[in-house]
Amino acid sequence: MIEIRHLKKSFGDKHVLKDVSLTFPKGKTTCILGGSGSGKSTLIKCLIGLLDATAGQILVDGHDITKITSEMKLAAVRRRFGYLFQEGALFDSMTVGENVTFGLKYLTDVPEANYPKVIKEKLALVGLREDVARLNPSELSGGMKKRVSLARVLAVEPEVILYDEPTTGLDPIMSDIISDLIIDLKAKLGVTSIVITHDMHSAFKIADYIAFLYEGNILLRGTPEEFRKTDNPYVKQFVTGSSKGPIQMKLRAE
Amino acid sequence: MFASIGRYVNYLFSEVGGAAEMIRSCVFWLTRSRFEWGQAVEQSVTIGVDSFGVTALTSLFTGMVLALQAGNTIGNIFGDPIFVGTIVTFSLIRELGPVLTSVVVSGRAGAAVTAQIGTMAVTEQIDALYTLGTNPIRYLVLPRMTGFIFTLPILTLFSNLFGILGGYLVAVYALGVPGEVYLTDITSYMGVRDFMHGFIKTFAFAFMIGTVCCYKGISTRGGAEGVGKSTTGAVVTTIVLILVLDYFLTAILTAFGI
Repeated sequence: MIEIRHLKKSFGDKHVLKDVSLTFPKGKTTCILGGSGSGKSTLIKCLIGLLDATAGQILVDGHDITKITSEMKLAAVRRRFGYLFQEGALFDSMTVGENVTFGLKYLTDVPEANYPKVIKEKLALVGLREDVARLNPSELSGGMKKRVSLARVLAVEPEVILYDEPTTGLDPIMSDIISDLIIDLKAKLGVTSIVITHDMHSAFKIADYIAFLYEGNILLRGTPEEFRKTDNPYVKQFVTGSSKGPIQMKLRAE
Repeated sequence: MFASIGRYVNYLFSEVGGAAEMIRSCVFWLTRSRFEWGQAVEQSVTIGVDSFGVTALTSLFTGMVLALQAGNTIGNIFGDPIFVGTIVTFSLIRELGPVLTSVVVSGRAGAAVTAQIGTMAVTEQIDALYTLGTNPIRYLVLPRMTGFIFTLPILTLFSNLFGILGGYLVAVYALGVPGEVYLTDITSYMGVRDFMHGFIKTFAFAFMIGTVCCYKGISTRGGAEGVGKSTTGAVVTTIVLILVLDYFLTAILTAFGI
């Protein structure tokens, strides 16, 4: 299980995460909702150690990873996590196949002779044919890039997958395909998923738990059902996607 | 005004500190992990191939113009264009060879390195490396630093040869200096010490170009505009530092009798 306790993250005098406490149960999908600039990406980058927390604790199976200062030990923790980047972050100097197997060399003992098998297997898991492996990332559509990126994450068989806005920039059908994939992977592989998104349709479909992040604080954490029924005006406005409500009023006041 | 000076000094220190931290990390990974030989060789070849043509052309014409200027000036004073070979070679191997080659390499290969690493930074590919168990300093920076340190001295050697050849062509075919005299002027008055003076400098220049260009790349923020700014910044910084460093290196090497 992963637990965040009173996490704070500031960039200079800009306090992005003010006091975030959350738990992510093993084998479940937790969606973190929030508007643009609410600190969602910062939160998961702190989780994987790409950003150092200003204060607070991040406990992975009881061990506080914010206390790790050794690069080697941090790399060992990162091995347990997979990260799906918003734009895919595929290495554009490599083919799709080389991208998928990139992590194997450093994170696993899989011999190089087995790489073609891994490529075929992981591309199939994300619904892509084996011949895509020969293509360059620049030849792929947005949805395919995300799926290849997911195959690259899956290749190293992580226990936890962090999804950074997996449906952003995709058409509604492709968004739904990606949502189905996230559900499928949880069922097949039993991975813990942490998804940051502002796509309500996808969140309600995939989440076991949802947390709402607003101005660096968690306003509500609960099941999708609790989110549908909440009276919290901020959450309600976000869930219904209304332009009228406290969030807009706050923007006007600024 | 003081505030802006203060901000600039602060920026300068943070840049120097960041680059120093990157070098520390390079040393750490050099001693703690398997060296990426494949990457290093690939980078050396890329840097060499990228810069060879421009370096050769620049040096050829530098040697030619040196011969022309020296020949005409000495001819006006002494009546004959004497010591053209000595002047051309002396200027080239001690100063112009290393400096011009470094400037060309910085503008050609250095800019490419900053742009490539910078693009990787703004498209989250550097973060992706971290998440896939690969330290970007070890995987991207170390091989490129090695590439510069390995390639620049070799390119300078070729650059010197092309410059001497350019000087030869002008001395022999435009100024009427016998070819043998041109070559004897070189061998009689120049020694290994002069060669070493220029050669040692190239290692320092290569280390500086690698450090600045990789650091500017890895610290790039702000999309395509950021990549442009980093690349321009890297080239301007390296060219200025080559000239500044050249003075101090000359002073130090001369003090040690090299």
